[in-house]
Amino acid sequence: MINQTFRRKLVSGLVVGLCGAAVLLALVPLFFVFFYVLKQGFSSLNWDFFTKMPKPVGEPGGGMANAIVGTLILIGLASLGAIPVGLVSGVYLSEYPKSRLATAVRFTADVLNGIPSIVIGIFAYALVVLPVKHFSALAGGVALGFMMIPIITRTTEELLNLVPPTLREGALALGATRSRAAFTVMLPAALPGIITGILLSLARIAGETAPLLFTSFSNRFWSTTLSQPIASLTVQVYTYAISPYEDWHRQAWAGALVLVSLIFLFSVLARVVTQRLERMHRT
Amino acid sequence: MSSAPSPRRASSDLGFRAGTGFFAALVVLLVAGIAFVLWQQSRLSIAKFGFNFWRTKTWDPVSGDFGALPFIWGTLYSSFLALLISTPIALGIAIFLSELSPRLLRTPLAFLTELLAAIPSIVYGLWGVFVLVPLVRKLEMLAPPWARRFPLFTGPPLGVGMLAAALVLAVMVIPFTSSVAREVLKAVPATQREAAYALGATRWEAIQVAMRYGRTGILGAIILGLGRAIGETMAVTMVIGNSPAITSSLFAPQYTMAAVIANEFTEAASDLYTSALIEIGLVLFAITLLINAASRFLIWSVSREVKVEAPQAVPLRASASEVS
Repeated sequence: MINQTFRRKLVSGLVVGLCGAAVLLALVPLFFVFFYVLKQGFSSLNWDFFTKMPKPVGEPGGGMANAIVGTLILIGLASLGAIPVGLVSGVYLSEYPKSRLATAVRFTADVLNGIPSIVIGIFAYALVVLPVKHFSALAGGVALGFMMIPIITRTTEELLNLVPPTLREGALALGATRSRAAFTVMLPAALPGIITGILLSLARIAGETAPLLFTSFSNRFWSTTLSQPIASLTVQVYTYAISPYEDWHRQAWAGALVLVSLIFLFSVLARVVTQRLERMHRT
Repeated sequence: MSSAPSPRRASSDLGFRAGTGFFAALVVLLVAGIAFVLWQQSRLSIAKFGFNFWRTKTWDPVSGDFGALPFIWGTLYSSFLALLISTPIALGIAIFLSELSPRLLRTPLAFLTELLAAIPSIVYGLWGVFVLVPLVRKLEMLAPPWARRFPLFTGPPLGVGMLAAALVLAVMVIPFTSSVAREVLKAVPATQREAAYALGATRWEAIQVAMRYGRTGILGAIILGLGRAIGETMAVTMVIGNSPAITSSLFAPQYTMAAVIANEFTEAASDLYTSALIEIGLVLFAITLLINAASRFLIWSVSREVKVEAPQAVPLRASASEVS
């Protein structure tokens, strides 16, 4: 009897230990990835990287100025399309949560979130690139925008649901229409949280490569024209990483560092905004 | 709602509902649109090859002969291996964070493990090419000659290949599975564990009770990870070797569905070639759609509260609900 209890306790302790070990095991690759990105990235990063254009193939030096600007343009384009759609559909979900459409939207938004980004890329290619027969910044923005929509929709809904319903009821009691109550009372009350959601969706798409490969393609020259192919950090890092040139590998690491920093910046901003939201609710 | 709203207000409310509903319907339309466009663009290949597309293994763009079997194999095999590695680790993390961890460590550890999901695929790929692949090559060279006779370990130690791909995939899938499994365990009523403890259960036995209660949700979490693994593109493309081969060898370079699209789409010179690649995309879409739907239903059956999306380095729900 005592023996059996001891065995059960032993097994229990063992499993508890293994679970702790699993956490440590998962932190190993995290540490390794960050270590290399920081080490290789910082030793490769220089002022040229931000200000210079790519040099011709095989020539050392140069930078990714065009790709950095390109990534920002693509993110901007995506936001321009996705934020209004995501916000308004989020408002719908929280105002009419039980409707059949709401259930369908919730479900498809979640499913859309899990669809491989490369498939979204094909879709944007067929929609924007095929009709005009050439790659364009616009196509890349569309692809990224499609990926942002479900994230913004769901976070908007979720955060609107956190706003006390008494606010809406108060507005309606004062004679406001539903749309007035939703857009001038509910939405502002949830705004910090919604901005957090937008920032997180930006962090998510800033690192996307697959949907850009055959939409915005790449461009070794300076271009801000929306109807022309445009360079992006991610595609540039990819091209450089699989190239045979030592100096390009160096720049790929630098690009990865800039990319990770950008994503980190979005996440930290999101964190700051969330904390403000918490403080707002507390007082 | 006691007095009838004025007609003007009623029509304004109706307009509001229709207007916002229109945008919401766009989300549904988007998924339907993807399905339709992919099907429409792959008609050429579907008409030419029919079901043979998925049964044959010739991939010859020059002669216009396309069979996608090696890519299906590569995708399934790499995802299976990745899940084999990631599932125990992810469940371990979920159990530790939801049941065992000291309160002080919980938030930082959850933050760190979910940070794995914030690293972009391309950065994993870069790291894979320059750090993991050389490491895997060294590991492969250590394999003694007698082990090489097993089908799992045949072929030259190249570094790039199935093993490297499975390892990268496993790392990328862990945060998804663990964060959803953690939410599922959180949704299991505390009474389940309390009852187990009251009957004299040890910690592990109580955890087993909780896991059995949430088993459908945990299965959903694992399947969600599978969906991620199947659709993962860049990191796999960079380390798997991109060679269409059907072999069980972990050392051999292989190819996946997502990788072949990423690699060859811009080079596809003929309409048939593009169409064949889009057909692969269509199937990828269908598989991930089914998998995601299945995982969602499984998780929903445990709790509708469990969020199913990319784990977030900023825990929105937790922070907001703690406050209220």
